[in-house]
Amino acid sequence: MSIDVVIEGIGLWSPLLPGWKASQDVLNGRAEPVADAGARPAASLLAPAERRRAPDSVLLALEVAQQAAEMAAREGHTLRGVFASDHGDLSINDYLCATLAQAPEQLSPTKFHNSVHNAPAGYWTIATGCKAGTTALSAGDYTFAAGLFEAALLARSEDAPVLFAACDLPASGPLTDVVSCRTPFAVALVLSPRRDRGGAALRLAARARSPTLTLAPEPALLHAVCSDNPVARSLPLLVALARGERRALALQAGPRLYLELEVSPWSN
Amino acid sequence: MPARIPPLAITAYTATCAAARGLDALFEAVRERRGGLDENDLADHPLPCFIGRVDGLEEMPLPAAFAQHDARNNRLAWLGLNQDGFLDTARALRDRYGADRVALVLGTSTSSIGETETAYRHLDADGRFAPEQRRAVHQPHSLGLFVQDVLGLDGPCLSIATACSSSAKVFASAERLLRAGIVDAAIVGGVDTLCGSVLYGFNSLGLVAPQACRPFDIARCGLSLGEAAGFAILERAEGGNALVNKSTSCLVGYGESSDAHHMSAPHPQGLGAQLAIEDALARAGIGPADVDYINLHGTATPQNDAVEAALIARLFAATTLASSTKGWTGHTLGAAGIVEAALTLLALERGLVPGTLNLETPDPVCGPQIMIDNRERTIGVALSNSFGFGGNNCCLAFARAQAA
Repeated sequence: MSIDVVIEGIGLWSPLLPGWKASQDVLNGRAEPVADAGARPAASLLAPAERRRAPDSVLLALEVAQQAAEMAAREGHTLRGVFASDHGDLSINDYLCATLAQAPEQLSPTKFHNSVHNAPAGYWTIATGCKAGTTALSAGDYTFAAGLFEAALLARSEDAPVLFAACDLPASGPLTDVVSCRTPFAVALVLSPRRDRGGAALRLAARARSPTLTLAPEPALLHAVCSDNPVARSLPLLVALARGERRALALQAGPRLYLELEVSPWSN
Repeated sequence: MPARIPPLAITAYTATCAAARGLDALFEAVRERRGGLDENDLADHPLPCFIGRVDGLEEMPLPAAFAQHDARNNRLAWLGLNQDGFLDTARALRDRYGADRVALVLGTSTSSIGETETAYRHLDADGRFAPEQRRAVHQPHSLGLFVQDVLGLDGPCLSIATACSSSAKVFASAERLLRAGIVDAAIVGGVDTLCGSVLYGFNSLGLVAPQACRPFDIARCGLSLGEAAGFAILERAEGGNALVNKSTSCLVGYGESSDAHHMSAPHPQGLGAQLAIEDALARAGIGPADVDYINLHGTATPQNDAVEAALIARLFAATTLASSTKGWTGHTLGAAGIVEAALTLLALERGLVPGTLNLETPDPVCGPQIMIDNRERTIGVALSNSFGFGGNNCCLAFARAQAA
């Protein structure tokens, strides 16, 4: 049972890959990635005051969501949303748990409402005036593939375009003992059930048996710096999209579940 | 407006909360107007307020085979799975269809962050996690990982975390998986447990009532937090097996929407909530006049109840019954959707519609729909509302099988 959608827009942000357009040469293997450790996503959709208040998870998710929507030439409010993250905002979790251990009565109400897993979805709908349904999910290490499948299925079921945004952030504080993520990484795709606006066709199939395809290797250099981030498991798909190749690849979507993907070159 | 969906049979369900463990006890608690809210006695979180606590979880470690998942939230999941024969039914479902043909979609708001809070209270001298806390429970998907392990499932497995609409939205995700033929059955559910984050978090927003919550009362002053676990099995109703043919209730619709207004306050006219209700009615192929009962979100915060009561008065006929059951359960956050779905299904199947516990003097904004007392009435179609932070709304529509 496969699902067919069209990727109309792509967003990407990591210190090594600061934007989909800016990262083409690196993903193509034509240029070395240059890390800018101090870089922060612009997230220009947010008003300056909101941008100061918003947690990093929101900045990162909104940055890639905006890139993908602009590339797809679609208004944000016209898109249903699927927001995926393995861990959510780990710096807020660190703040909550540390404050609760020391001075629970001093917990910040803003940090508390920003701590919900659907904070990026909430900020996105507020910033774009989007009244469509949005969801927020986690599937542990398999969050990217599981979220992509959910988003593609939503696009087909509702016969409507869907924004899929996935993002994970570095662990901080004592949580670094149990969470390996050290590099921010976010990716977004606008998925349409129709071909009329062009894009890259994507066929998805979930299979519980071992895939006939080998799991796609990640680009070596990027793998070295991004492998700790569950959302960076999107890299094989991003490389195929950047190279404009027809490719079949598989991503792990659960302990014994595989997502087989067939991606086609971009067409207008 | 969305197209009508084929109904899904609900072939099993269960719920456990402060008021009761399992469906029969829950029905009795409703019938006898016996709620589960009591003074907060959680030693680690001494906030003066009332809570809906499930007794005994502290003395209920997980079976040794699942010890690595141990956390209050997963203990409550285990307790919930062991009511109403649900665990055996779910394992039989896996054996019937195959482990890869059954989806698992669970909702939670806080998952096992309570265990992370505990780890932070017992850091070692270097400020590091103690060795026994270096486990995979410190993540939002902890609930999904645990239940997947318990049931031995290999199909799609997601934790939906959209705050207080989480375990309502699981029905929507499951419906899409079933309609597309990706799976033959879906186990949905939700579990949320009391922890410092939610007690002190809602307290910081000024939303926690000092006494038991009083939904829709003129004197209401906030919510009472609770904890709960609930699960349900969904299968395609058409061409179904014997269990499907025997099932007495169906999911007939759902609606999802966003307020696009504020992170922690509802849209003042309830616009997002209205969109979710209209969407659910359209998928069910019915109108407001067909709705016999609505289980309201009804948290007992001043804002939520004012907005929701006005919306119900505006949209529905005077003959539609409506109530909040949070006086029995407390606000169980990410588990509210599934627990209130179970209460709604009980009302459909057993002909007793719950009133609103602790409601004495209705806010004048309430229409004639909102009930104080329970009512014996045979009903055919019922809705359940769940609204969460981030303006995340979901409305579910259920019907008795013969009425679907």
